[in-house]
Amino acid sequence: MTTLLQARDITLSYSDTPIVSRLTLEVPDDSFTIIIGPNACGKSTLLRGFARLLRPSTGTVLLDGAELRSLKPKDAAKKLGLLPQSSIAPDGITVADLVGRGRFPHQSAMRTWSSTDERAVAEAMAATGVTDLSRRLVDELSGGQRQRVWVAMALAQQTRHLLLDEPTTFLDIAHQIDLMELFADLHRSGTTLVAVLHDLNHAARYATHLVAMRDGEIVAQGDPREIITAELVEAVYDLPCTVITDPVSGTPLVLPLGRRTR
Amino acid sequence: MSIDQRRAPSPDLRTPDLAPVDHGRRLLRLETSRVAALIPVRAVVVSAVLVAVIIAAGLASMTIGAYEVDFPSVIRAIVDPASDPDIRQVVFEWRLPRVLFAVLCGAALALAGGIFQSLTRNPLGSPDIIGFGVGAQFGVTLMMVVLELNTYMFKAVGALVGGLITALLVYVLAHRNTLSSFRLIIVGIGVSAGLGSLTSWILISVSVEKAMMAATWGAGSLASLGFDQLVPAAIVFAVVALASLPLNRTLPVLEMGDDAATALGVSPGRTRLSAMVFGVALVALVTAAAGPISFIALAAPQISQRLTRSNTPMDTVPVMLTGAALVVVSDTLAQLVAVPVGVVTVSVGGIYLAWLLAAQYARRS
Amino acid sequence: MSLATEDGTDVSNTGAGSRADGSPRRTGTLAAGLIVSVIVLGAAAIASLAIGNRAIDPATVLHALFAYDDDDPLHLMVRELRVPRTLLGIVVGAALAVCGGLIQAFTRNPLADPGILGVNAGASFAVTFAVGILGLTTPGAYVPFALLGAFVLTMLVYALGSFGRSGATPMKLTLAGVALGAAFTGFTTAIVLRDLGTLQVMRFWGVGSIGGRTLDQLAWAAPLVATGLVIGLLCARSLNALALGDDLAQSLGARVRVTRVLVIIAVTILAGTSVAAAGPIAFVGLMIPHVVRWFTGPDQRWVLTYSMIIGPAFLLLADILGRIVLPSGELRVGIVTALLGAPILIILVRRKRVSGL
Repeated sequence: MTTLLQARDITLSYSDTPIVSRLTLEVPDDSFTIIIGPNACGKSTLLRGFARLLRPSTGTVLLDGAELRSLKPKDAAKKLGLLPQSSIAPDGITVADLVGRGRFPHQSAMRTWSSTDERAVAEAMAATGVTDLSRRLVDELSGGQRQRVWVAMALAQQTRHLLLDEPTTFLDIAHQIDLMELFADLHRSGTTLVAVLHDLNHAARYATHLVAMRDGEIVAQGDPREIITAELVEAVYDLPCTVITDPVSGTPLVLPLGRRTR
Repeated sequence: MSIDQRRAPSPDLRTPDLAPVDHGRRLLRLETSRVAALIPVRAVVVSAVLVAVIIAAGLASMTIGAYEVDFPSVIRAIVDPASDPDIRQVVFEWRLPRVLFAVLCGAALALAGGIFQSLTRNPLGSPDIIGFGVGAQFGVTLMMVVLELNTYMFKAVGALVGGLITALLVYVLAHRNTLSSFRLIIVGIGVSAGLGSLTSWILISVSVEKAMMAATWGAGSLASLGFDQLVPAAIVFAVVALASLPLNRTLPVLEMGDDAATALGVSPGRTRLSAMVFGVALVALVTAAAGPISFIALAAPQISQRLTRSNTPMDTVPVMLTGAALVVVSDTLAQLVAVPVGVVTVSVGGIYLAWLLAAQYARRS
Repeated sequence: MSLATEDGTDVSNTGAGSRADGSPRRTGTLAAGLIVSVIVLGAAAIASLAIGNRAIDPATVLHALFAYDDDDPLHLMVRELRVPRTLLGIVVGAALAVCGGLIQAFTRNPLADPGILGVNAGASFAVTFAVGILGLTTPGAYVPFALLGAFVLTMLVYALGSFGRSGATPMKLTLAGVALGAAFTGFTTAIVLRDLGTLQVMRFWGVGSIGGRTLDQLAWAAPLVATGLVIGLLCARSLNALALGDDLAQSLGARVRVTRVLVIIAVTILAGTSVAAAGPIAFVGLMIPHVVRWFTGPDQRWVLTYSMIIGPAFLLLADILGRIVLPSGELRVGIVTALLGAPILIILVRRKRVSGL
């Protein structure tokens, strides 16, 4: 079975040190795939490889059957969206304008802003709940609000696949859940999501396909309910724990065992 | 419309009765089957006012000079082919090309400034960082003072060659695997300082008359520029400006960071390189024709942004009009006070920017 | 306002001033380095007294200093020409280097240079005004103008930059300096281009030089610079805190507004006095703190102290070089510092680790 988005045998390095070596990952269509793992395991690097930010020195990334590298940048941008870890909001830009910049792949010299763009931006802002902030300056927003605006910008791109690089770091728990629920809604309406997350329990709760990495390799992947066990967590994180079933969502809940056990 | 057919609309996210986006300012919507655009009203108004300023100052400029011509005569000379042939000659051969040159230089410098400020994400960004002006001055000084070749042609060539070699040198020295803005600025400072000191050395070693010639060129002047110089400059400007049009849309995307830009389909490296090439070309054009007219590249995008409340220095039309207006007004003043236009652009530009800053600080922070 | 570094160039604090194993240089090493620097400065001073278009051996130099014989032409040369020159070089070098360090720490911008608050533009304008409009021709007459011009313009820049509730933030000050500096540069050029006599004076004044001055210059310059240095060094600890950002600094007990004012005063005094005494000398203020930081790390106490010693050493060496490099005549120090400093700076910045703040 071939999926729309997949990495085949890729090696990704930063200045000659390979972080990910000859790795293959097929992202199931219409899934909410979440990649987890300890720091420096290569999960962000892998995501950047999918996002065209890093060139693989071996192997290839395929999107819709074509090599990602061979696609024209704008065409790739219409199919694959990315929420980067850090972006710069230009001085003095309003929320509406920032979200509007996400429409770039669909615009051209003759059509710099059409009603289609207008609708896409309105939908994106409504979905992320930032419509009321529309004319506010991005500089003046709180961290949580700003992150939602960046998500809105990625949504305005209206891509089939959306990559998210640690979208919930630095947010408080209410905003984290808020955002994860939004991603779940997106997933339900047909977008394939690939996210890198730190929080193991959020990943277990929301992912339809979980990928666990360590030292640049995939240790396990599949439905969280099937693969998350205390043994896996210990193998990936070196963290002794016990796994129960979350009474609210029915998904695995990882409970770390402290250093002092009674 | 690129929403994929396979996507099933979910009741949660499909909102058919969405209010239009509140952009926080008044906008003009233009939409046909081939063209679609959204234009802020404020930008249109500001642009119209700037055009009026340019025309008014241009006409005023054409009344100044050794040969007395008053306002009505200028207008008659331009509009009526049968008016006084002497006046027509003065207006068309000397004064009109000068005004048109002022417009061209202002627009070119402002656009170059907008490009560099967008690229460096820094309101102080300016083509000066690549040392072009200093290199041009060095080239011209060599030409005029050492080789003693004084015609317009030689000066232009000296400026171009000196400037381009310097810009290339800065680029090469700053490039190491990739081009970091930080390294570019430091190398620019180094090369500018080195070349600048060599120029100073030459200027203190020669006669004061020669030093005066070189110093006057260095102040930038639109005097004695006629249609012979204007036509080739205008052609080059038109070509470069048209070729750089795509940057209006790609540079604002690049302002959000390389990752965000790549995600939206903009190649950072290629965009950056072409932006720098166009920026340098625009500055080269003006410097070769009129000498270094300082400050316009720095001030025009800043002033334009504050006037139109824009969020990017690449709002091309208002930025170019602002530059043109600044230079035309400066040149009019320069003729009144009998100084080179570069002196006025720096002085008046500096004062105006200071005033704008004061107004902004008092209002906002 | 920080500069984007897209390629991973290490502009962090951890790179500068650390040894390969990552531990910061210990106080012992730094103190030893300081002593070495002082020795280097001493050697440079003696060389400055000895070298020139007429080489004088060190023994004679020492005699000239301590057993003066006013009939001996060599002794005269040492006392009248070279001692003032050397002393001025030390004073100006220290002022410029420390001033640069203060500005870079204050604006959190490793590319800041003493000129950004407008001192050079103000001094140039005042001197041009004195020479071109008032017709003053002797340095004794127009040098006070330089000092006045430097101070006045800096006050104007500070006034403009502190408009509004947030006060004088580095960004606002920098922009104000650019705007007002440009305006005054324009006025200066307008006057200079009007007549040859003014250009004649200004084209030399505009290239910094420490030669041809007398000890009277030193009489007012030295105490001013000393004051500026003291104020600047007193701010060093607060500047360390300010480097972390205004909010964090305040929570650490640093008094942000007071420090800002003191630093501006110190910078004005140091830069203003230098430009009035020696004319605009580029690069020392920009480069010396950079180079020093690479060795000492970001602690401003060490950065400023080292700058105070290395700055003069560099300036004297540049001056000495200017005296001997040409077959006849000399190259002014303002030209040599740029020709020497530019390649050094470019080489440094091409190394993988760059000294941020």
